[in-house]
Amino acid sequence: MPGWKPLEMTALPTRKLEAWRYTDLRALSAMSFGEVPNPPAPVLPDLALPRLVFLNGVSSENLSSAVPYARGFEAVAEPSAEPLALINAAHAQQGITLEIPAGVDAGTVLLISQAGGTVPFAFHPRHRITLGAGARLTIIEIAKGDGVYWHNPVTDIVLQDGAKLEHVRLQDESREAFNLSTIRAEIAENAAYEHFTATIGAKLSRTEIHAALLGTNALVHLNAAQLLTGTQHGDFTSVIAHKAPNCASRQTVKSVLAEKARGVFQGRIEVARVAQKTDGYQMNQALLLSPDAEMDIKPELEIFADDVKCSHGATIGALDNEQVFYLRSRGIPEAEARSMLIRAFLEEALEPVAQADAKALLEAEIETWWVKQ
Amino acid sequence: MSATTENTVHEMAAQKYKYGFTTDIAMEEFPKGLNEDIVRLISAKKSEPAWMLDWRLKAFAMWQKMEEPHWARIHHPPIDYDDLYYYAAPSAPAPKSLDEVDPSLLDMYEKLGIPLNERAALAGVAVDAVFDSVSVATTFRETLSKAGVIFCPISEAVREHPELVREYLGSVVPVADNYFAALNSAVFSDGSFVYIPKGVRCPMELSTYFRINAKNTGQFERTLIIAAEGASVSYLEGCTAPMRDENQLHAAVVELVALDEAKIKYSTVQNWYPGDADGKGGIYNFVTKRGACRGRNSKISWTQVETGSAITWKYPSCILQGDGSVGEFYSVAVTNNFQQADTGTKMIHLGKNTSSTIISKGISAGHSNNTYRGLVKIMPGASGARNFTQCDSLLIGDQCGAHTVPYIESRNMSAKVEHEATTSKIAEDQLFYCRSRGLSQEDAVGLIVNGFCKDVLKELPMEFAVEAQKLLSVSLEGSVG
Repeated sequence: MPGWKPLEMTALPTRKLEAWRYTDLRALSAMSFGEVPNPPAPVLPDLALPRLVFLNGVSSENLSSAVPYARGFEAVAEPSAEPLALINAAHAQQGITLEIPAGVDAGTVLLISQAGGTVPFAFHPRHRITLGAGARLTIIEIAKGDGVYWHNPVTDIVLQDGAKLEHVRLQDESREAFNLSTIRAEIAENAAYEHFTATIGAKLSRTEIHAALLGTNALVHLNAAQLLTGTQHGDFTSVIAHKAPNCASRQTVKSVLAEKARGVFQGRIEVARVAQKTDGYQMNQALLLSPDAEMDIKPELEIFADDVKCSHGATIGALDNEQVFYLRSRGIPEAEARSMLIRAFLEEALEPVAQADAKALLEAEIETWWVKQ
Repeated sequence: MSATTENTVHEMAAQKYKYGFTTDIAMEEFPKGLNEDIVRLISAKKSEPAWMLDWRLKAFAMWQKMEEPHWARIHHPPIDYDDLYYYAAPSAPAPKSLDEVDPSLLDMYEKLGIPLNERAALAGVAVDAVFDSVSVATTFRETLSKAGVIFCPISEAVREHPELVREYLGSVVPVADNYFAALNSAVFSDGSFVYIPKGVRCPMELSTYFRINAKNTGQFERTLIIAAEGASVSYLEGCTAPMRDENQLHAAVVELVALDEAKIKYSTVQNWYPGDADGKGGIYNFVTKRGACRGRNSKISWTQVETGSAITWKYPSCILQGDGSVGEFYSVAVTNNFQQADTGTKMIHLGKNTSSTIISKGISAGHSNNTYRGLVKIMPGASGARNFTQCDSLLIGDQCGAHTVPYIESRNMSAKVEHEATTSKIAEDQLFYCRSRGLSQEDAVGLIVNGFCKDVLKELPMEFAVEAQKLLSVSLEGSVG
């Protein structure tokens, strides 16, 4: 669809909407997108894992491996009225459909998106991941690129009784790109969804997660680290709906903001009347490394059941000079002391990432980011 | 929750509002409805100068263009602004001394326990009691005037201290700040004016007791408190309204200004009629309260205990402009039956080394909804700013809701912002412990709730602390086991 503007399809949300008060999409609205260009030469991570590769949003048969239970894009009706999901639904032609049968441990799968081109373009993949009862899967999602583009993926996740999905995401898009990711997860009895997103790239990005705990003893972990610099804008928004008794949700989101970067965290925990014995916890912390950085936080608790334990905490501040001094007094140079403290700061969010390759990858990315500062 | 608890809940829900009596004295009312003529009438009634009338008319014109806000977590049928009386006052001329005050009014204040006559002297409290819209009696004028303190109805201040009123009125809450503030600016009938001159520590705690009496009357008071350089004052506000089936509208505006080194402590105990157990009737309390710490090292402290009103919409805020200024917000909000509260604060840090503390305790029972909504904003110039926020919610019963909606925005790396919030139910083990020591279920709940609110209650002046503690238990009577 050459030359179309998203505004002509479905209006992009504006800051007048409460859910978008901290993220301004006017820069995106002002853009026109051309035809998706030929894909760039791919640079793939050196990991011996089965992978599904998308170049400029188009599935690459050559670069992808045969992943069991994986199929291509399948159109389904869009259930929500969320503007970004609607735009995605109108345009989605690519994506993966993964259905892991009950009781199967499907191991680890890489999901790679590589983008680049000389004219601005947009792509809207739609992924569906379903785990049958007791199934296991780990997905490592990596998004990288160069140039100006808009990546607008929607991922729908269904976890049946006792299933467990570990979902690790590295968003390292082009610094001129827009990444607006929507993830929706339905979590049944005894199932667990463990999510981690590292936001390092993009000019403007938002990861919006809607997780619904639908059966007793369901669990969700939503962790994230945002490392932003320049004039980057990173937004992590979550809505966790406790709709069954005895469920637990845990969120730890850490932001490190340098130069004129702006970080946003919005997190809502909704506890329905039936969701007695809910255990909800949310921690959000930000380090401002520069006088021009900005952090906006809006943690929300919406509670209709009485026998619950919900808490949230938030802190914003600079690196503690006393801690830097302590390390320096032990002979550690300032730059290294600061690096140590920042890695320690991020550790709490990274800790639940269990898959060794994923953890090594994330730690390497954080290190690279820090060295560039 | 145990069966006993449930029973107590029901018993308590049947609890009668003990201030639900009305006073029959001749009232002077303007026709219902709101238009420019009513605004002119109110102004004329108060013998206001032309500038005041212009100010009101400007506010009215702005209000007409504004829309009622709907972002708060409150629900109510649409308010018909043309079906309200905007002015009501006892029809006798204003009394010059206590002897001239209508005995039935004094009797009512007796029932409320306001120390207005000799008891006032013993209690050491000056009361500017607002009976509906006109201040009927002001005591301790002399002691205060010796100290140079001006404490009078705002209508009087408009006539006698126009230079002060013109300088400060609307300087903290601008005319068109929000829908209800604009409405108040157009039709405010009375309220209190306080000016503490340079270096003066107000010799006594000042108090206003508001009371809505006439049916279908909106109460629109306007309070303006100014503490000049180095001055300090503690101001108490208490509210009680009689029982009415209709919902009554209360849209007040309170403005505080603290100059260099000045301190203002503003305490409220709000126990207006909350409606009956089915959610019928009760006050709509839509209030704008804001303080400006203009001077360096100035301090404004808000303490509120909100147990009444069908709906509370109120965010006492501080603009921390002066370097080193301090803002505090201590709040207890209790909702029971079908009450709705959406309350919190805003702390806007502009000056260097400004600090703010927010302690909010929300207690929901019955079918009520209780929301904390707050903003902490650190502007780029607020180096070394500090905020600590703690919001705790307690749920009693499984039909109520507790919500926390804080906004935290920091644009200065040297600022430190900390926020924590918890929500939990009243602990069965604590209840059990108290019961095993022979306390009744109700006393046990009262004790635990008072303990939960201790951090806030200890901020209240003595006179209020006792009343507030009682109110907490009374408000929750019948709601807890």
